[in-house]
Amino acid sequence: MSAVPLPSMSSQAAGAGASAARVATAALVCAAVLIAAGLFLPKWLTFLVTMAAANGLVSLGIVVLMRGGVVAFGQGMVFAIGGYTAALAFNKLGITDALGLVLAGGVAAALVAAPFAPLLSRYRGIFFAMLTLALSMVTYGLLMKLAVLGGSDGFNTGRPTLLGQSLPDARVGYIVYCLAVVVSTLAGALARIYFDSTRGLVTLAVKENELRVEYLGGSVRQAMAVNFIIAAFTGGLGGAMAVLALGHIDPNFSYWTTSGEFVFVAILAGPQSIAAVFVSSAVLEVVRSFSSSYFPNTWQLALGLFLLFVIRFLPRGLGSLWTKGNAR
Amino acid sequence: MPTILIDALTYASWLFIVSLGLTLVFGVLKILNIAHGSFYALGAYTAASFVGWAASLKWAPGFSIVAMLLAAVAVAAVLAPATERALLRFFYGRDEVLLVLVTYAMFLILEDATKLLWGANPYYVSEPYGMFGSVSIGQQTYVGYDFVLVGLAIAVGLLVWWGLNRTRQGKIVLAVMHNAEVAASMGVNISRVYMVAFSIGIFLAAIGGAFTAPMISVQPGVSVGVIVVSFAVVIIGGLGSIQGAAVGALIVGLARSLAVHVAPVAELFSIYIVMAVVLMFRPEGLFQRTQVRKI
Repeated sequence: MSAVPLPSMSSQAAGAGASAARVATAALVCAAVLIAAGLFLPKWLTFLVTMAAANGLVSLGIVVLMRGGVVAFGQGMVFAIGGYTAALAFNKLGITDALGLVLAGGVAAALVAAPFAPLLSRYRGIFFAMLTLALSMVTYGLLMKLAVLGGSDGFNTGRPTLLGQSLPDARVGYIVYCLAVVVSTLAGALARIYFDSTRGLVTLAVKENELRVEYLGGSVRQAMAVNFIIAAFTGGLGGAMAVLALGHIDPNFSYWTTSGEFVFVAILAGPQSIAAVFVSSAVLEVVRSFSSSYFPNTWQLALGLFLLFVIRFLPRGLGSLWTKGNAR
Repeated sequence: MPTILIDALTYASWLFIVSLGLTLVFGVLKILNIAHGSFYALGAYTAASFVGWAASLKWAPGFSIVAMLLAAVAVAAVLAPATERALLRFFYGRDEVLLVLVTYAMFLILEDATKLLWGANPYYVSEPYGMFGSVSIGQQTYVGYDFVLVGLAIAVGLLVWWGLNRTRQGKIVLAVMHNAEVAASMGVNISRVYMVAFSIGIFLAAIGGAFTAPMISVQPGVSVGVIVVSFAVVIIGGLGSIQGAAVGALIVGLARSLAVHVAPVAELFSIYIVMAVVLMFRPEGLFQRTQVRKI
């Protein structure tokens, strides 16, 4: 623990300016390729990628926290808040714009999470994980009891519009897919820029040694609180995105097994690569849809074995397969 | 008022048995075992099967209690050493949160395995529940079995306390809890202590499940409810502390039974609110020494 030096922050941060252009190019290329490919993909596959992107956004938030050394076991909470916000805004407020709904989901989740951030920033390890889990289960309990929100059955939403255009039957799946691709590549690019920024590097340093960060003048609690709010924002985006794709929401969004899947994806991805988050999320969706159609009774079993395998043999996640060198 | 207290007490005894296993496993192996609830469910299922067999062999109904006890022993003796040796020991020393995920994977696997073995239909083991008659206190009548559970919790608690503090083997376990490295250098066989402690923890989960089986319908999903609540208990009490588990169970039992009788809407989250309040003032739980920060 003690032998690990802090990364030299100033030079890293200065280099970030140059790499921002590279990140933007990579994100653009990635989004363009996926959007073009979406034209030729069968419907079930675009839906799968949409869900992978939505869930990946939540796991991206967990990776943001993971880089600071904490794992949130209750991101189902922000996922559900994002989802319910989008669904309610659609049904009750008449906001139908897909992009607006997604952003509303993210903002609402961040706003709800913000008061808890200073409190949670004091905790590490299991306590952080279990407190976030408790929050998500309280949310689950509330959602189950609130008859206004459909109780345990949840409710359906209608078809969104995009930028003032109504979406025709044949295209709606593809357009939601494009939106998911754009939002998640954008979020991914921003996350990379954030990781390479001074604050992002402070987060890494917190994981290594909190006291040193404080002695060097950094605020550990502030860094952790900000990370928590960022994670809530991306989680909310993901929840709203999932509602758009599914057209339905219920309290299971906040259930702890849902949260467990997000953590699963984050662990599978590892803390290094952002692309790995979305790849892992897609892997989970593929495993889920194949095993639920071929061996519906044992898909959790398969997932469990897979998770054990990853933790045992790929301790730093899929991202370590193509990201070289240190823990950056 | 007595109703609230007695409900609280029976719920707390049930909670205490299960949480004691969880806190013991954490104390020794430093693993917060999410699969604890799955072993609880396995205990309940095995008890259902054993009691069924006992009935089909035309044993006296009194033997169903023995059958339930045997069920817990079977789960602990067969599954616990197997999982510890074949799986957990590869992950010792890794990050605590990662270990939580390992047990999460175990939970997923056991959940499906239980469904494969026993199917998705509920099981009922109602006969031991009526065996102890009923007890009248004031105007209310309570089921005698509930008090058996209280007795069991007290017995289990005392036995574990006595075993840890008054026997040689127990003191070795305490030494490992305190510092595994130093214990090892004194010649303690750590991996054996780990295996035994894990088995006892699982036995406590299984016996909790076995003795709850008559009070509930045993069906998929019983594991999940247990996990989250017993986590709350051990976190309130302080991870790895036996007194903590007892006090935590009483607090949670009281909170829940107050909520059920006074404000039923709050039942689901009364437990978490208590947990959040405790953690706000005692971040390490009630019975945990504050850890020194690493420099």
